Amino acid sequence: MDRDVANSLNFLLDKLTGLLGRSVPEDHVAGHLIAAFLYVGLLLHLVAVSALVFIWMERKIAGRIQDRLGPTRVGGKFGWLQTLADGLKLLTKEDLTPTGADLFLFRIAPYVGFCASLGAFIAIPFAGQDFPFVAQHLNVGVFFVLAVMGIEVFSVILAGYASASKWSLFGAMREAAQVVSYEVPLGLCVVVPVMLAGSMDLVHLGDKQQGWFTNWYLLHDPFTFVIFWVYFTCATASVNRAPFDLAEAESELVAGFHTEYSGLRWSFFFMAEYGSMLAVSLLGAILFLGGWHGPVPVASLLGLAWENGPVWGYLGNLLGMVNLLAKAVLLVTVMIWVRWTLPRLRIDQVLTTCLKYCTPIAAAMFLGAATWHMAMPDRVFAGLLQAPEANRLLAEPSATPRLQKGGNL
Amino acid sequence: MATTVEDPRVIEVDVRTDEMLVNMGPQHPSTHGVLRLVLRTDGEVVSEVTPHIGYLHRCAEKIGENLTPRQYIPYTDRMDYLAGMNMNLGWALTVEKLLDLRVPEKGRHLRVLIAEMGRIASHLVGMGAYGLDLGTFSPFLYAFREREKILDLFEEACGARLTYSYLTVGGATADLPKGWLEKCEAFLDQFVPVIDEYHTLLTTNTIFIKRTAGIGLLSPEMAIDYGCSGPVLRGSGVDHDLRRDGETIYTSMYDDYNFEIICERDGHYPQDQDYPPVPIETMLGDCWHRFYVRMLEVVQSVGLVRQAMEKYQASEGSHGEPIKLNQKLPPGEVYLETEAPRGQMGFYLVSDGKAIPWRVRVRSSCFSNLSVTPELCRGCLIADVPAVVGSLDVVMGEIDR
Amino acid sequence: MEFQAIAERLQERLGDAIVAVESEAIDPWIEVAPARLMEVATALRDDPAWLFDYLHCISGVDLLETDPKKAAKTEWEPHLQVVYHLSSIRLKHRLVLKVHLPRWKEDQEGELPELASVASLWNTANWHEREVYDLCGVRFTNHPNLRRILCPEDWVGYPLRKDYEMPLEYHGIRGR
Repeated sequence: MDRDVANSLNFLLDKLTGLLGRSVPEDHVAGHLIAAFLYVGLLLHLVAVSALVFIWMERKIAGRIQDRLGPTRVGGKFGWLQTLADGLKLLTKEDLTPTGADLFLFRIAPYVGFCASLGAFIAIPFAGQDFPFVAQHLNVGVFFVLAVMGIEVFSVILAGYASASKWSLFGAMREAAQVVSYEVPLGLCVVVPVMLAGSMDLVHLGDKQQGWFTNWYLLHDPFTFVIFWVYFTCATASVNRAPFDLAEAESELVAGFHTEYSGLRWSFFFMAEYGSMLAVSLLGAILFLGGWHGPVPVASLLGLAWENGPVWGYLGNLLGMVNLLAKAVLLVTVMIWVRWTLPRLRIDQVLTTCLKYCTPIAAAMFLGAATWHMAMPDRVFAGLLQAPEANRLLAEPSATPRLQKGGNL
Repeated sequence: MATTVEDPRVIEVDVRTDEMLVNMGPQHPSTHGVLRLVLRTDGEVVSEVTPHIGYLHRCAEKIGENLTPRQYIPYTDRMDYLAGMNMNLGWALTVEKLLDLRVPEKGRHLRVLIAEMGRIASHLVGMGAYGLDLGTFSPFLYAFREREKILDLFEEACGARLTYSYLTVGGATADLPKGWLEKCEAFLDQFVPVIDEYHTLLTTNTIFIKRTAGIGLLSPEMAIDYGCSGPVLRGSGVDHDLRRDGETIYTSMYDDYNFEIICERDGHYPQDQDYPPVPIETMLGDCWHRFYVRMLEVVQSVGLVRQAMEKYQASEGSHGEPIKLNQKLPPGEVYLETEAPRGQMGFYLVSDGKAIPWRVRVRSSCFSNLSVTPELCRGCLIADVPAVVGSLDVVMGEIDR
Repeated sequence: MEFQAIAERLQERLGDAIVAVESEAIDPWIEVAPARLMEVATALRDDPAWLFDYLHCISGVDLLETDPKKAAKTEWEPHLQVVYHLSSIRLKHRLVLKVHLPRWKEDQEGELPELASVASLWNTANWHEREVYDLCGVRFTNHPNLRRILCPEDWVGYPLRKDYEMPLEYHGIRGR
């Protein structure tokens, strides 16, 4: 998409500058720059606004779970501007840095986390088909997302180390131990859909599940069904949500790695946390829940496809994007629900859960799914149905590589 | 950290670790107020815990030497501020023991009724706060929702919601208002099914069991040796409850009441078929059992309250008039312990024949219960420290007095 | 076991360690010679007929009449009492032990009176003796960790003594 958009922008620029009697070549850097800013701007807003919405949602849902109302006043009826008001308050708060803190690291730690969380969105597609909605279409999208999300750990460790507080240090060390344990099963879980689709390209992974919900990888076979829950558990652990929120562990470590943070810097940790929640939920939705292909293929039933013209195709993609976001929000809601229901695990129990249970389960499910796939290729919905023609074609290697067409941004 | 390597050719391959001293409290979310625990940690493992108390010391004993017993009642409220009614009762009975005063029948049932309601309210806080210690927030609010209803009832009876000064020397400051019993009945009817909710969220929750089973093991011998009492003692399987084993002036309050001490006997809790089963991974004397005893006591107290309401309604006459504010005390000394929600709360009163006691001494249950923490926390993980301290259910107001 | 029987048996076994027996009081008590407290306590805890396994409370009482007019009329000499409330969980009986101590060791003001610690018999005593030391000023010998417990470590004086005066100032905080 990036190239096409850049070229179109250059085309526009060419027309504009043409009035001044100058010309802009099709591959000019200006078009690329404008396109990049456009994408980053959109993604930044997605992350920031989703953080606002999720925090509001969290408080509202928590309130309802706990038999109270949650925010009710700011912004009218449902208190939907509460987070914004809180954000404003955080802006005006004094920015404290503890004496003895490693100031440079202390200051950059929240931004490292936020950047990592934001960076993951670059490769996440919001709609697929012929003209995918993605900032940077990578043929190793899954790998990129996981790798960039992994950087977020540094922010926790840096913050814990640089705070010059023992509680923060405990939080950081817990996070370090936790990373080792959840990254392994998480990687194994992600491999299964990759193997079924024969591609690490997220756009293709999504489009391989087009059609009805019967084509979702969640329902591909019993093994993928199990592995989705393993994925969800590990994803919850990877974003430090209860019951795996050991790095902050309020009742044990005061506030863990962000004990010494205040004001806006502190809120960046939260933006990062909610951004990552959205990212892993989007990834889960793309890998297992058909991505932008809904339970019911509304777009194709209405004829909103690129074959019928760009406007219809674009509308179809928009619908797909809403669909994907809805699924992601659903997964985030489940995370919120779990957080307000369960007690926290202990560090050794987290390591046990991830390494002793999730890893072997994921490995076994991987083998099972692989065997199933070999035994009956091109069958979906627990082997009961034949995969649609379109879904099979995409597995052809010739359709996959996009990056090879030429350099990218 | 810096240690000199004597032989420069020797290369250390081990990671050198150091012990770290960490102050948990007095400002910490899970130390129940202002308890300060100094942890000696090696990584996540705690090798030694030293409790430091006194941050909430308000000279209650010294104040007792300057006030008449009835004036002292409000100060007892502020000891275990989560069970003010039971504190009032303990002090009132102590003074009555010195005065050789017995409250009328109606007052006796009123006291049982109020004290058991206080026990329910107090255990609800203990339960909710324990959930908080283990990182789950919702049960806390569920518990407070129900406690709030009890506080509403208390407020109607005496006008206060936390520091009641309701039960006093000679009886109670006022009789129950009209319609109170019906409201109480309605509350109990509504409350009993809610207890199952708590069992689902905590008692039988897998993570909760994992966090509490086998943690903070307190043997019955150690419990007795450290003077533990209340649910902490009974959670270790010691069949001891002052409502049955106490002094006559206290146990006579519970005469003709039908109840059984909540404590494991031969692997069973009384009437345990009605409650969730004891998970096999738990051990007698661990955090889970202490918690479970509290939960069962709530159920039992509901039964006692129902009995008390019946008897209260059936009895005639006065609820017991409070003694004069400046009534002279006979010379002598008395010591009386009552079964407060958190354990045996004792008052020691020395009188020299004036209206103001010569000496007031308060024996706090949590004081002794807390003193066992270093034993329970030896070698546990950091996350277990709140789990253990929470299972002792300490209230600093009572410890520091 | 009834109080009378306990007292008689104690007197029989330990003779002059028992200074006085008061069986008429509301809570009957036995007064023990300070020097022989450990002996009596050990016997009470370990004798199968007594088995006082549970120490409820240790209280310090300062008996000093500060008003000189009234002091002239009081029957007792100024002294400190340490009171032990014991019971047996297994045998369900209770006992009160008392120990009389001088207010100051050898009447030298500032020198705390000494008494053997029973913390080795009942762990409850550990904190309770610290509290008595902190508030009433009794030095328990052989105590594992005799430090102030409720007051700050650098507090001066023993607040529950009758002649205690609140300091005017503590670390810049006004006292009176």
